[in-house]
Amino acid sequence: MTHRGSRVLHVGSLSRVEGEGALSLHVHDGTVTDARLEIYEPPRFFEAFLRGRSYTEPPDITARVCGICPVAYQMSACAAIEDACGVAVDPVIRDLRRLLYCGEWIESQALHIYLLHAPDFLGRPSAIDLARTHRTEVERGLRLKKAGNSLMELLGGRAVHPVNVRLGGFHRAPVRTELRTLNEELKHALDDAWATVRWVAGFEFPDASVEADLFALTEPDTYAIEGGTPTVLRADGTNSHFPVREFTEHVSETHVAHSTALHSRLDGRLHLTGSLARFAISGRLLSPLALEAAVEAGLGDPREGAVCRNPYRSILVRAVETVYAVAEALRIIDGYEPPAHPYTEVPPVAGVGHGATEAPRGLLYHRYELDGDGVVQSALLVPPTAQNQGAIEDDLRRLAQHAIREHDPDDDELTSLCERAIRNHDPCISCSTHFLDLTVVRTSGTTAGGCDA
Amino acid sequence: MAAKLAVFKLASCDGCQLTLLDCEDELLALAGEVEIAHFPEASSAIAPGPYDLSLVEGSITTPEDAERVHTIRTDSRHLVTIGACATAGGIQALRNFADVEEYRRTVYAHPEYISTLATSTPVSTHVDVDFELRGCPVERRQLIEVITAFLAGRKPDVPDHSVCFECKRRGTVCVTVAHGTPCLGPVTHAGCGALCPAYHRGCFGCFSPSGSVNLPALIPLLRRDGLDEDAVGRFLHTFNAAAFDEELSK
Ligand code: SF4
Ligand code: SF4
Repeated sequence: MTHRGSRVLHVGSLSRVEGEGALSLHVHDGTVTDARLEIYEPPRFFEAFLRGRSYTEPPDITARVCGICPVAYQMSACAAIEDACGVAVDPVIRDLRRLLYCGEWIESQALHIYLLHAPDFLGRPSAIDLARTHRTEVERGLRLKKAGNSLMELLGGRAVHPVNVRLGGFHRAPVRTELRTLNEELKHALDDAWATVRWVAGFEFPDASVEADLFALTEPDTYAIEGGTPTVLRADGTNSHFPVREFTEHVSETHVAHSTALHSRLDGRLHLTGSLARFAISGRLLSPLALEAAVEAGLGDPREGAVCRNPYRSILVRAVETVYAVAEALRIIDGYEPPAHPYTEVPPVAGVGHGATEAPRGLLYHRYELDGDGVVQSALLVPPTAQNQGAIEDDLRRLAQHAIREHDPDDDELTSLCERAIRNHDPCISCSTHFLDLTVVRTSGTTAGGCDA
Repeated sequence: MAAKLAVFKLASCDGCQLTLLDCEDELLALAGEVEIAHFPEASSAIAPGPYDLSLVEGSITTPEDAERVHTIRTDSRHLVTIGACATAGGIQALRNFADVEEYRRTVYAHPEYISTLATSTPVSTHVDVDFELRGCPVERRQLIEVITAFLAGRKPDVPDHSVCFECKRRGTVCVTVAHGTPCLGPVTHAGCGALCPAYHRGCFGCFSPSGSVNLPALIPLLRRDGLDEDAVGRFLHTFNAAAFDEELSK
């Protein structure tokens, strides 16, 4: 007979996440023996059908991996293919790419904060429901999100799957006055982003800590977005980095039966990418305004070594990053001089190229092998959620174990605890798959084998 | 009682349903008019069917989804498919022209864990559909128009002329005539507002073939503009591959 000390809990169709998946938890005599995030999104085979396509096509095609972060796919694809062809774009183009990426950061972080994550802290099923009592806040969130979308629409043509990105730069570069039309909306967005920091700082945060290694790109003198060097911060505080071309020598993927997303390890250990990792690794390089926001949010000052490992508090880091992205967009627009040509020519070269950029949800790596005519011979895409899946499961196991030890919650409570834990990490399952079913399997010494607590 | 709206996802990128959340100015007003009964991406409150209007994103690529779409149909008074995936199989329909077993081995170390169909097919191949809204992704204003039309019990006002009309309306210089840029605008469904030509590139057909088109007549023009046979094939084989093939064979 199953009793509370031993059970299997299964949660079907996780909500307020991107994509579909399921979660199962196995509890044996009060010990969590297994926590699995089951990604069951149907496989879409991008890496297979990219073979044989022209090297000019991956930016448009891979955007369709994910409607939430198409710019990330476009940017990592461009970076990798330009690397293969030995082309470096000029700084104005780089700035424009960063500007487009800021639009995606603003849009995606606002979406996560207001529509997916905040309802958890206020005990509501959705932002739409939350609007009944917090209309001003939800309207502010939508306005902030819209500012990010406006930026993507102007520079990219549209917010989901922008059409203006191409190898070497853009099909058309905006003129100065065009970009400046965004100033007013962005200035307003800066106020909204600050108000967001203050709002979320007032939420209640349970104690928790992720133990995984943190992994993000770094640049020598700026908060990395559209490029950088892969850098690892271990729990013991040690730091190391490696060139992007060595990515697969460090991050290895394995395929497990319960998921269509591959599981990865960094030098054999669990790792986490995304806002928490970026803030821990490069926080000191945030702009003065964003640093001020971090202090105001209660995250401490990253210049003095403040690091946040509490996954519930990731919403604070996202809010700070939103302040940064809005201010960064205003800065780039202010200094913008149109390039002489909207793109650099990228002639095909036989070879292998690597590219990584910081999607809102974490580091996204692409690798392409081209022949001399620019035909793609092989493609590899390693999205952030696939990298994070192991660390998320570890976090889930720890949180569920803690709750069971403390007060042994019933299945409903355990389910919502687990769903919250997953939303903390902002997983985008479309890139690998769909969301969540929770199963808790509780067994005792007499009914299950193999696991003595 | 408020009409019940549902949003379902099959194999897709989430971009079309995100377009609904990107209607920042209309979202709360819409939520005041309808009951959002099933929309897992936006709400953890899920009400059982039947639903007055179901929006379905994504194509059928697994045996489970082929089953599930029948349940969705039974539960829905009106079923509207949104996006190139749901209306034409989407980018994942490129498998229809390849060996899926080989795909499985290419992408996964343990292909035996992966359950998939050899094809990616539109929802209308499996069940009756009341309306198909095209685009990869769908366009925001068209999406709002379709939802309001169904809620009001009228026909959606979504024209099926080609992208060319929208270029003319927008005053964009024709990229094919002026620059010899290969463009599928003449044979592609309107809806995006002729986005690509306005950004100095040719249309690549993300809104599917338009109603009455003469696709074979465009091929020589694409050749003239520098595409060889392979490139023409790839040009037509992106987000609506099966739909363009069907047009070609007409
Ligand atoms: S049609 Fe395009 S935007 Fe819509 S779900 Fe499919 S891939 Fe995404
Ligand atoms: S012009 Fe063509 S490819 Fe570009 S957005 Fe419109 S329909 Fe899609």
